[in-house]
Amino acid sequence: MKKHILTGTLTALLTLGGLSVPALAGPEDVVVENAWSRASIGMNRPGAAYMTISNTGDEPVTLIGLATPLAMMPEIHETKTNAEGVSSMSPAGEIVIAPGESIALEPGGLHAMLMRLQEPMTEGDTFPLTLLFDDGGEVTVEVPILSIAARGPED
Amino acid sequence: MQRRAILGYGAAGAGAVALMLFVGWWQVDGPGGPEPIGQRPVALTAMDFRLTDHEGNVVGPETLIGRPTMAFFGFTYCPDVCPTTLSDISGWLDDLGDEADEMNVVFITVDPERDTVETMAEYVGYFHPAIRGWTGPEEQIARVADGFRATYVRVPTESGDYTMNHTASVFLFAASGRFVTMIDYHEPREFAVPKIRRALEEETEGAT
Ligand SMILES: [Cu+2]
Repeated sequence: MKKHILTGTLTALLTLGGLSVPALAGPEDVVVENAWSRASIGMNRPGAAYMTISNTGDEPVTLIGLATPLAMMPEIHETKTNAEGVSSMSPAGEIVIAPGESIALEPGGLHAMLMRLQEPMTEGDTFPLTLLFDDGGEVTVEVPILSIAARGPED
Repeated sequence: MQRRAILGYGAAGAGAVALMLFVGWWQVDGPGGPEPIGQRPVALTAMDFRLTDHEGNVVGPETLIGRPTMAFFGFTYCPDVCPTTLSDISGWLDDLGDEADEMNVVFITVDPERDTVETMAEYVGYFHPAIRGWTGPEEQIARVADGFRATYVRVPTESGDYTMNHTASVFLFAASGRFVTMIDYHEPREFAVPKIRRALEEETEGAT
């Protein structure tokens, strides 16, 4: 896993100067931790990746999508389980992360759904996953591929 | 002090608390409890279906009678809920150790079109060895789900494939085939394992 922290001196200077700088309030302040995914069986099934995304900045950041060479259609999904115990999954849309807040992509909730795999996900490998923000910013993390039976980043 | 006064009520208090706990159990979880939302599964002895396990054996509800059973629905193209449930179950079985050997653990597909016997064999091979994978013709799967009062529906995805919405609870039956309880998706492990033990203990009571 790779932490992406960029404490931009420029951002600090401009903020001190009292200027609002939306363009710089994005990915520089985004920290991604505990990224992991499960190995796939072949390429026909979609994969899923999980991580914690934190906004360490002073402005909200809006996650609008994903990109990865591993999958043609990566997308943030959300699994929901209703009162009858029935689980379903659908695109989560844009996700706003408030200043100082984190969102957890974890089993049974939000996940990076990796549709149309371009190659099998092999245990022990990693793949780059890029988070796309509404201001055009990007954060790329290297996601470890764990066992198909993994329950969390430490497995 | 306050503490001393409370201690003075100790014996009577313990009795009252025990009674309250029992009443609470009876109402919330025991036979006096409300039906879970939806309906309870029927007994395995009242079900009628024919499926094939991942080793090609013909199986049905009678296969499960005589040992406690843990059963759940899913499909192998499921990226999130199903591998999570399967690895949770594998963890519970590890916690139970030898006790798990006395159980049937069955993963029933709701996507027989893609989940052939061979597919199920490969998939369950990645999880705890006690887990059996069952598949069969669509109309037989429908009969199983009906007996369990479980639901499943095919939903197209943007990628042109389809996914399945389905009941994600884990069902527990006694060795007699009687439905005991279910473990909801997301239920913490510290609740799940005692529930499984309860199903295991019912077997002992039923046998003597
Ligand atoms: Cu998904």
